[in-house]
Amino acid sequence: MLWGHELQLLNLCSESAEQTHQLGVQLGQLFVAGCLVLLEGDLGAGKTCLATGIARGLGVDDATPITSPTYTLLNSYFGRLPLYHFDLYRLADGEELDELGFDEYFHADGVALVEWPERHAELADSGLTIHLGYVGESSRELVITASDLFVTRFSECCVAIKRLTLCP
Amino acid sequence: MLVLAIESSCDETSAAVVRDGRHVLSNVIASQVDIHACYGGVVPELAARKHLEACPVVIDQALNEAQVTLADIDGIAVTSGPGLIGALLVGLSTAKAIAFALDIPLVGVHHIEGHILAPLLEQDVEFPYLALAVSGGHTHLYRVDGIGQYELLGRTLDDAAGEAFDKVAKMSGLTYPGGALIDKLAQQGDSSVFDFPRPMLHRPGFDFSFSGIKTSVLTRIKQLDVPLEGEVLQNLAAGFQEAVVDVLSRKTFKAAKEYNLQRIVVAGGVACNSGLRQRFKKMADSSDIDIYFPSLVLCADNAAMLGVAGDFYLQQGGNADLSLNARSNWPLEQAGLNAQQVCGTVW
Repeated sequence: MLWGHELQLLNLCSESAEQTHQLGVQLGQLFVAGCLVLLEGDLGAGKTCLATGIARGLGVDDATPITSPTYTLLNSYFGRLPLYHFDLYRLADGEELDELGFDEYFHADGVALVEWPERHAELADSGLTIHLGYVGESSRELVITASDLFVTRFSECCVAIKRLTLCP
Repeated sequence: MLVLAIESSCDETSAAVVRDGRHVLSNVIASQVDIHACYGGVVPELAARKHLEACPVVIDQALNEAQVTLADIDGIAVTSGPGLIGALLVGLSTAKAIAFALDIPLVGVHHIEGHILAPLLEQDVEFPYLALAVSGGHTHLYRVDGIGQYELLGRTLDDAAGEAFDKVAKMSGLTYPGGALIDKLAQQGDSSVFDFPRPMLHRPGFDFSFSGIKTSVLTRIKQLDVPLEGEVLQNLAAGFQEAVVDVLSRKTFKAAKEYNLQRIVVAGGVACNSGLRQRFKKMADSSDIDIYFPSLVLCADNAAMLGVAGDFYLQQGGNADLSLNARSNWPLEQAGLNAQQVCGTVW
């Protein structure tokens, strides 16, 4: 198997923000400690919506708002597992990621959810990538791919993700 | 009492000398916007490094402009959170070093506390009042019963209003920082051409949500069959700004009425927005509520705004020891005189 090979687990089209949120909830229920989840998609693609669902699925209580980490860079939440929610939009390169010590969170005691991972290509080597694409006003393409390392470490999680379907 | 204030929580390194918590003798801001523009945003480590370079320079300049020396300073006020840890630590370490060397007291002030007390540097505002703190990182409504007495009434559930401005600017092909450009374009546009939703306006409570409006703007941009420039861009900016200002103003006035508060303070970077200022003033004119905005320089991140709470805590005998730490997450309700005794690593 080639290093850096990716396995597509899921390719769906969500018809509403609610469906996207619900898929996030299901994903959140499946993630285990050490999962690195990368969230790709343009501004307005629904990353906040999916991230909120994932947080709820991880057991972060409904009264806790899942706010944008764009300004703060990292927001931490504590549900069934810790959720480390990053936004790398404002970081220039991987060197700065290292200087900030963020890599220490990536395969630790919780789930690391990283928005705007695109400029840090090395993250995809060990992560699960969720790509959100704009289709129409409320519909979004959702593609989930796992790196080899992710598949090896979290095979049960990957099998479960492959079986996910959208809520009606 | 003469207070030296130091702020380094995000983009700006700033130092100020404030007399008796009310009179700004100097307020020096080393703007870093030019450095960040080439990266399309704030680059935190770069920010920390630039703070390190700028800190001694702005302090010297603040002392010179105030025509005082370090020996005249009675106490230090420094932003100890929330913000980027690396950036906060530069100001905090500098403040500790000066306080230790001069053997004078040091107090840590909450960044948002600085913003919502800033109008007191220019005019008398009686407590209690309602404060809307609105910036790139915050959209929060607080009841302010006095210095160090804050109650959270509402907050954004996702993006801050200033962040929505910056991201819509980016979607529209404008450069960083885009919020001010949106305001400029909106002034020339017709806000009735593009109608955007008013998120959370009719929900009970005083929370905000500005994430979904990005999606609405994106949808409109994609539907356009003409290039996004000139009049079209101006109208889009005007429609977007109108939606955000509408939600902010109506919710804030509703909160003032519900909590029976006669005064509203609007502070933070987005309080510079001309459309927002006009709307709040207009709504205040047609009600019995008084509205207070800090002047533009005190809306931006600056050190002088720390002088109000800093002076008060120092007068009350506040003196954080050298274990005072930077806090990246720090709810405003936990700020105050008691926070000066907070020790150890909390971030």
